[in-house]
Amino acid sequence: MTEGIPLNYFLVLSTLMFFIGIYGFLTRRNLITILMSVELILNSVNINFVSFNKYLYPERLQGHFFTLFIIAVAAAEAAVAIAIIINIYRNFKSINVEDADEMKY
Amino acid sequence: MSGNQFMFYLFSAIIIVFSILTVTSRKILRAAIYLLFVLVSTSGLYFMLNYQFLAAVQLTLYAGGIVVLIIFSILLTSHISEKFEPIKPQKGIFSAIAAIAGAVLCIVTILDYKFSANTAVAREVNMNVIGKDLMNYGYDGYILPFEVISVLLLAAMIASIVIAKKIKN
Repeated sequence: MTEGIPLNYFLVLSTLMFFIGIYGFLTRRNLITILMSVELILNSVNINFVSFNKYLYPERLQGHFFTLFIIAVAAAEAAVAIAIIINIYRNFKSINVEDADEMKY
Repeated sequence: MSGNQFMFYLFSAIIIVFSILTVTSRKILRAAIYLLFVLVSTSGLYFMLNYQFLAAVQLTLYAGGIVVLIIFSILLTSHISEKFEPIKPQKGIFSAIAAIAGAVLCIVTILDYKFSANTAVAREVNMNVIGKDLMNYGYDGYILPFEVISVLLLAAMIASIVIAKKIKN
């Protein structure tokens, strides 16, 4: 179902998404929004993997499986990050990156 | 313009617009909902590429699991009506310049390179193939990353319970 859509279009789409995520990562101050930017970046990498798999190596499934593994890693990362964020909120009453500036409380 | 091209442009437009809204929205709950739209349209792209299992995983794990987790933690940690302060203009401009420069560099490189599409017969992707490949240790087998991921998930689960637990004293 990809007739008429070159591989480059998918790559440009994922590049744009990646750098929008980078912009959010640089400008946001709230820990949860930074986490959302990281999810955007991971998602754009997934699009890259899958489209390379489909267009260049359709007889194998490496990109497909590594996208599955990246999704699993992203889920684990989100769970740990949110546990840390809730712990930071408990100790500093805020989840801004500027407020959390000491390891020991 | 054929139907699949139209769908591709539609999904791309949704992804780009809502990605920008995700990183610029000043209300945090709205940003999370915009992220949900991005993830759902990404799963639409996977459906277009004929990877149905991957699209289903994207919908259930990303759109269903991670976004719900994020929204849950937003409700636990911030006031919904609260708006972020606008970012400092200097910081915003420099971040935008860095992101745009990187994007332009990558896009120019990508458009410059001529990918030669492979005409080999596409391998059929059904549950049988996926299950056998994940459990296989030969050629086209992925049992090692599968096992590593299972250990990683267990470790992450224990770690998040230990970190988020209240310490009584």
